[in-house]
Amino acid sequence: MKMDAMSVLVETVAPGREAARPRPWLAVLHDWVVTVDHKRLGILYVVTGLGFLVVGGLEASMMRLQLAWSGLHVVPPETFNRLFTMHGTTMVFLVGIPLVFGFGNYLVPLMIGARDLAFPRLNAFGFWILLFGALLLHFSVVGGDGLYGAGSAPAIGWFAYAPLTERAFSPGNATDYWNLALLVTGFGTIATAINLLATILTMRGPGMTLGRMPIFVWEILTISAMTLLILPPLSAAQIMLLLDRFLGAHFFDTQAGGSAIAWQHFFWFFGHPEVYILVLPGFGIASEIIPVFSRKVIFGYVTLVAASAGIGLVGMGTWAHHMFAVGMGSPLNSAFAASTMLVGVPTGVKIFNWLATLYGGRIRFQTPMLFCTAFLYLFLCAGLTGIHLAVVPFDWQLTDSYFVVAHFHFTLIGGLVFLVFAGLYYWFPKATGRMLSERLGRWHFWLFTIGFNLTFLTMHIPGLLGMPRRIYTYPADRGWEVWNLVTTLGVPLQILGVAVFVVNVVVSLRRGAPAGNDPWDAWTLEWATSSPPPPYNFAIVPTVSSRRPLWDLKHPGDPDGLHE
Amino acid sequence: MIGKAARVASSLSALSSVLLTAAGGSAEGRAATPSIFAPVSTPAFAIRELAMFVLGITGVIFVVVAGLGVYVLVRFRRRRGDDRTEPPQVYGSRQIELAWTVVPLLIVAVLFLVTARYIYGVEGHRSREGALEVTVIGHQWWWEIRYPTLGIVTANELHVPVSDAARPTPTFLTVQSADVAHSFWIPQLAGKMDAIPNKTNRLWIEPLQPGTYVGQCAEYCGIQHAGMLLTAVVHSQDDFARWAAAQQTPARNDGDVQRGRTLFVSLACSSCHTVQGTPGNGVFGPDLTHLMSRSTLGAGVMPNSPENLRRWLDNPTALKPGALMPAMKLSPEELNDLTAYLLTLR
Repeated sequence: MKMDAMSVLVETVAPGREAARPRPWLAVLHDWVVTVDHKRLGILYVVTGLGFLVVGGLEASMMRLQLAWSGLHVVPPETFNRLFTMHGTTMVFLVGIPLVFGFGNYLVPLMIGARDLAFPRLNAFGFWILLFGALLLHFSVVGGDGLYGAGSAPAIGWFAYAPLTERAFSPGNATDYWNLALLVTGFGTIATAINLLATILTMRGPGMTLGRMPIFVWEILTISAMTLLILPPLSAAQIMLLLDRFLGAHFFDTQAGGSAIAWQHFFWFFGHPEVYILVLPGFGIASEIIPVFSRKVIFGYVTLVAASAGIGLVGMGTWAHHMFAVGMGSPLNSAFAASTMLVGVPTGVKIFNWLATLYGGRIRFQTPMLFCTAFLYLFLCAGLTGIHLAVVPFDWQLTDSYFVVAHFHFTLIGGLVFLVFAGLYYWFPKATGRMLSERLGRWHFWLFTIGFNLTFLTMHIPGLLGMPRRIYTYPADRGWEVWNLVTTLGVPLQILGVAVFVVNVVVSLRRGAPAGNDPWDAWTLEWATSSPPPPYNFAIVPTVSSRRPLWDLKHPGDPDGLHE
Repeated sequence: MIGKAARVASSLSALSSVLLTAAGGSAEGRAATPSIFAPVSTPAFAIRELAMFVLGITGVIFVVVAGLGVYVLVRFRRRRGDDRTEPPQVYGSRQIELAWTVVPLLIVAVLFLVTARYIYGVEGHRSREGALEVTVIGHQWWWEIRYPTLGIVTANELHVPVSDAARPTPTFLTVQSADVAHSFWIPQLAGKMDAIPNKTNRLWIEPLQPGTYVGQCAEYCGIQHAGMLLTAVVHSQDDFARWAAAQQTPARNDGDVQRGRTLFVSLACSSCHTVQGTPGNGVFGPDLTHLMSRSTLGAGVMPNSPENLRRWLDNPTALKPGALMPAMKLSPEELNDLTAYLLTLR
């Protein structure tokens, strides 16, 4: 009975017969380059993000080698400074953003019953300009010191504080590569945010009201709106920096009366909400996976959606908590302490709602759920250390120390990377038609989780012992060596974990078990079409009458709509 | 309520101090671990007190939520023999959700009020009669330290008197930058204060125990950010008076090192460095009038010994890559003469 309902739905959307002959690789490549299909662009975004995750990870590994003990000479000081600049920039702009927008690209139309994004060509533009920006940034390695120099990457830190970025302190072109590269990736990100916003607001299928959208789609809606509000100020500041460096303007040129603090406000007005832009889609992924693997409807849908909106709204007013040590004065310090603590409330509410969803369920600990479980623990830690950092006097000690570095790696790896892994195990079958190996998935999970904790749990301690971030070496008598060594020892485990994942993907693409349309027995619309979905997703867009259309199909006697 | 929590926290604090400093070298010796849990100065004590309170609260939250999580995950895992039916679907509960929104709000309200009190308490502390005024100026990559009321200029070592109940002598620092943003941080004395060009910040310390405390620049400021170390020497009040008197004496002018002195004045040295009583009055590099009274060279990157000084004069960037002082390409004799001269600047 239940299977009948499903098969009727899927029959109508099954793709035509596959072409029997394999096509030449050049034609396949051509297809990928000229594609405007949201699913292909989504995959391109995600693959780009994962590729740069490896690049950024290798940069971090070199830094960890250098810091494993005091007084090492693995890399010279300039190289170390370039490594942390490129690592931070890469992880935020070339890993976080593409992963988030990649998942949004792939899933949003499938989840709301749309045939594609609202502006498919703009979508392709957004991706390719981002990739162009990424390459431009890395071109600094050959072009940054002029073609006759040895070349150099920028060494300004990922938040590029003025006036270190001015010509007087950063000659050469490396800083300009950084500036222009992020400016153009920003254009791509804004374009894609507009696209997702338009799609979600105007292209939902029949019956898919806003109140019935999956929570993941709500998170993408929230972060797209935030992107439109916070990226333009960053772009504006970058244009000012461009004017400073090329036309002798003095926005941030303190030697000519410019303001160093202005850059910090501009940057963090972008930079802090950016963290929420990266983790809210992660929350969305968790909010899709946790119900399916505990076999329960999400607890408090409205609360979760409201909490995201709350995080988005309050999160836009917390930026200056990155600046408690710049001497803003007590009233501003107190105000930003208040807003920062306040943002902890909706975040806490979310954790409680996820726990309540798990409560009374029948939890299946397959790989996607394992990563979600680790996320709950990691984000609890990240949230609580975030409270420590909001307590201004405590922050005077913690800011710019290794404690902060540990905190935001818990936030971003816990709140994004772990959930991206969860999401990859969960939706890989939908995108490819094959399952990832569960056995390799478990190896991936345990290696990565243990390595992560060895590195980043330990990393809090040298911060408490007075070790500032961004130093290429440290004196031997500070008592920081043991902690740094343990931190470094966690790295090979994480590398191994990611390597297992890569093997898993490569092997499963060829030999993975066939997934079928709905391998997890899930409830959202993307599982109602074939795996992989055909071009334009649905031949006949299904009509939706609740938040879990596939639950309704599978349980016609107890549809969701009655309870919402 | 705060007092009670602080008492509970202080026992935790004792435990964690042991944990945190045990690994960090001995208490004697020049540089113990600059742990934020081993304060010696009034504002740093205040911060630790607040930190312990906050760590206590968040520790309880962690135990409760993580405990709940473990319970749920274990209790409701799928077991062998579970039938394939779905568990009861619970869509939400106004009351419960309201409760776990309001309780965190109340905790946040308490945390905020306590935090605001400490912010105003520390930042609102005003200079008084008897307080020492010091100006700290961050440079790429060293610290200029000036005592405007005493007429002393030195570098990288902050000398201050200990403060006691009978004669409180806090030190008020004016923190500035000559080039890019830096951050002044000696964890055992106070929290950070950024040194930002075109901005004047204030910070105060009140060390209660003589000793030597280390710190360093905490805001990335270019290639030698790591080589911008700081030392605070807290003297007894009498020792501080002696130190100040020694610093106020003019530079030595020994007859047997005249050749070195002539080199210092005639080479480019004097355009960046000052030695009181010579034509050398540069301000780009550290004041050298009492160079040999300082314990390190290159802002803490090596001990100040005659051999190191000679190597430094020969080629600074070999010892501190990226340092802005150029190698002057001196002959060995010139190096000897110049070193001999600088060694007399005690």
